[in-house]
Amino acid sequence: MNFDFSEEQVMIKDSVARFVRDEYDFDTRRNIIHSEEGISRDFWSMFAELGWLSVPFAEEYGGFGGSVEDLVAVMEELGKGIVVEPYVSTVVIFGGLLSAASNEDLKSAYIPKIIEGSCLGSFAFLERQSRFEMADVATNAIVCDAGYKINGEKTVVINAGTADSLIVSARTSGEQFDRDGVSLFMVDATTAGVSINSYKTMDGQSAATISFKDVVVPASHLLGAVGQGMEIVDKVMPQILLALSAEALGIMATLNALTVDYTKTRQQFGTPISSFQALQHRMVDTFMACEQTKSLLYRGLCDANKIVVDPSVDASELQKSVHALKATVAKYGKLIGEEAIQIHGGIGMTDELNVGHFVKRLMTINVAFGDADFHQKKFNQLSYSTISVQAS
Amino acid sequence: MDINFSAQDLEFRDEVRAFFASEYDTKVAESLSSGQGEDYKEAIVAWQKKLHAKGWIAPGWPKEYGGTGWSVTQKFIYETERGSAGIPDVVPFGLKMVAPVIYTFGSEEQKARFLPRILSSDDWWCQGYSEPGAGSDLAALSTTAEYAGDNYIVNGRKIWTTFAQFSDWIFCLVRTSKDVRKQQGISFLLIDMTTPGVSVKPIPTIDGKHSLNEVLFEDALVPRENLIGEQDKGWTYAKALLAHERTGMAEVADSKRMLTNLKQRAAAEVNGGQPMIDDPVFQMRLSDIEMQLMALEYTELRVFASMAAGGMPGPESSLLKIKGTEISQAIHELQLQLAAYYGGALQGELSNQQLGHNFAAEARKSYMYGRAATIYGGSNEVQRNVIAKAVLGL
Repeated sequence: MNFDFSEEQVMIKDSVARFVRDEYDFDTRRNIIHSEEGISRDFWSMFAELGWLSVPFAEEYGGFGGSVEDLVAVMEELGKGIVVEPYVSTVVIFGGLLSAASNEDLKSAYIPKIIEGSCLGSFAFLERQSRFEMADVATNAIVCDAGYKINGEKTVVINAGTADSLIVSARTSGEQFDRDGVSLFMVDATTAGVSINSYKTMDGQSAATISFKDVVVPASHLLGAVGQGMEIVDKVMPQILLALSAEALGIMATLNALTVDYTKTRQQFGTPISSFQALQHRMVDTFMACEQTKSLLYRGLCDANKIVVDPSVDASELQKSVHALKATVAKYGKLIGEEAIQIHGGIGMTDELNVGHFVKRLMTINVAFGDADFHQKKFNQLSYSTISVQAS
Repeated sequence: MDINFSAQDLEFRDEVRAFFASEYDTKVAESLSSGQGEDYKEAIVAWQKKLHAKGWIAPGWPKEYGGTGWSVTQKFIYETERGSAGIPDVVPFGLKMVAPVIYTFGSEEQKARFLPRILSSDDWWCQGYSEPGAGSDLAALSTTAEYAGDNYIVNGRKIWTTFAQFSDWIFCLVRTSKDVRKQQGISFLLIDMTTPGVSVKPIPTIDGKHSLNEVLFEDALVPRENLIGEQDKGWTYAKALLAHERTGMAEVADSKRMLTNLKQRAAAEVNGGQPMIDDPVFQMRLSDIEMQLMALEYTELRVFASMAAGGMPGPESSLLKIKGTEISQAIHELQLQLAAYYGGALQGELSNQQLGHNFAAEARKSYMYGRAATIYGGSNEVQRNVIAKAVLGL
């Protein structure tokens, strides 16, 4: 039994932590957000040089060959700086889907570019009607002479404005809600017929509405078998949820520390407000919330590692753990964010203070790939549906 | 990260599992759960004697005094297996509370006199700490022990004394000096319950059972040889004991078993033809608890792993008692909700069949008695004060 990060993981964790501490202060971040692109290309190149962009990729593509645990180590520290560069979009999600795909040509063409920092990517899956059901896909891809012709619209595509390439889910067969018949395509952002309408999001990042009008992509840009795109999504989803939760954990821990420190300096009624029991107990509750979240993150990692060691292990344990984790991240994230603002008082309401910005990133993580209720319902289906069958 | 045990540890786990399966049979379980009053004492003592014969009665003790010599991992495995099997913990007052004080701070004579009879469950102990005016503020206690000749003369009242009605001995915190800081004038005294001037008054509780008592001391004469360590140093000894008590309070394995039972009961309980386990609202309440318990399980494993590696438990250990008790109360609450109308029935001699329900009485009692979990051992509010100070530095 072991809950320590390895020496190698500690090294990369420290290097990200150093970057956040020494080079990514709050003003730097603010200037980046207000710059034209909203991200720093210089920092992105630096991430590439430091090897951070290679962490989860297989060695055969020039990657570090890391595990989800390595990714988690990086993400937790990036969270502490609410780093706005599109690490999640490009490395975790776009790169994750590619890694899980079976199209070797696409992988060897794109993964090295991600690693060297020359390819930013986004995943376009959401549609106006689809909310959290990723198989609810109306955008269609119809076979044509040159391959496939894509028509439709995707909404809230995170970081699409700076993306060089998009992975797009489109229906190649079946009805609107069918899991079978959804295919994933690699679409370069400059392809004719793709129009990207970008806007800022409250967490300092950006998103876009993208319309696809007779967008022609070659069949060689299918990530895997036709109609089997959801399999790829399902395969990589635990890793995405673990990485996002690690980022959230970094934010939660930071918010708690900021709040505790603030109460020790803020004087009212002639004494630091940290001496008030009403506030102390609330800060103990947020401390416990953060520790419990960390425990669920580690549980998810242990379950994921178990499957790596023995692929025949029942995957539903991992699924249950990540649903519980994501639901808890959302619930406790909300608690910790709201308490941080409340305990800071008026200053917590200001744009000038970093607290609100940490809270806003937590809020966007909370809805990413399903909110608390969505994941709790999934957890319930996995955990309780079999019990009544046994009883009846 | 992984939660794997070594091959030897797994072998040990199998040994424990096999012993529990063969020795804690349905007869033992039945006699324990149906036991009332003296029957209960008889049943639990019989079980503890079985554990003693096996040499497993006191895993927490140093080997020289009768402990098992188990590693941290083995102790953890043992506790987990016990909870999973639904076996109640040993009665803690002798084995887990006073014994560590005796073997740590007691004289050789005291060790020789008391420890063997605690191990064999021949002596039953109770704890004389709380008083009507000293609950969370324990150091405010006012029971006095006046030194006269070779004896202390004890006067005062102890309250909430669990199982005093069964007890041969009581360990007490008593005031031996006034006019000093309140923590400084306290001594740790062992008192024979048959001493003239000691009397026990039952306090019926909201679960309808008799476990709590008031213990009165009226000019009770206690020989000086029953004083632990030095006079006026009792608070230090008691605090060391509390640290001992704090480990292993999350009772994750017990809660996991209760939750499994609850789920099975929810599958059998029907509303409008639909099993409650399929009710979406009930499912949300259930998973609110289950997800927290999944987190607590790993919090406990994290604490255990750092101890097994020879380190001190991290700050996360401080939340075990709070979360553990909150979760077990939440399970009790949902179980009582599941029993619906039947939860209010005082079943008496009625069989489950006659009542029309098979777990209602247990649901009511464990809900009612379970309220105590967030009060004893330092109320959860006091626990929060401790974390605020010791962990957050507030």
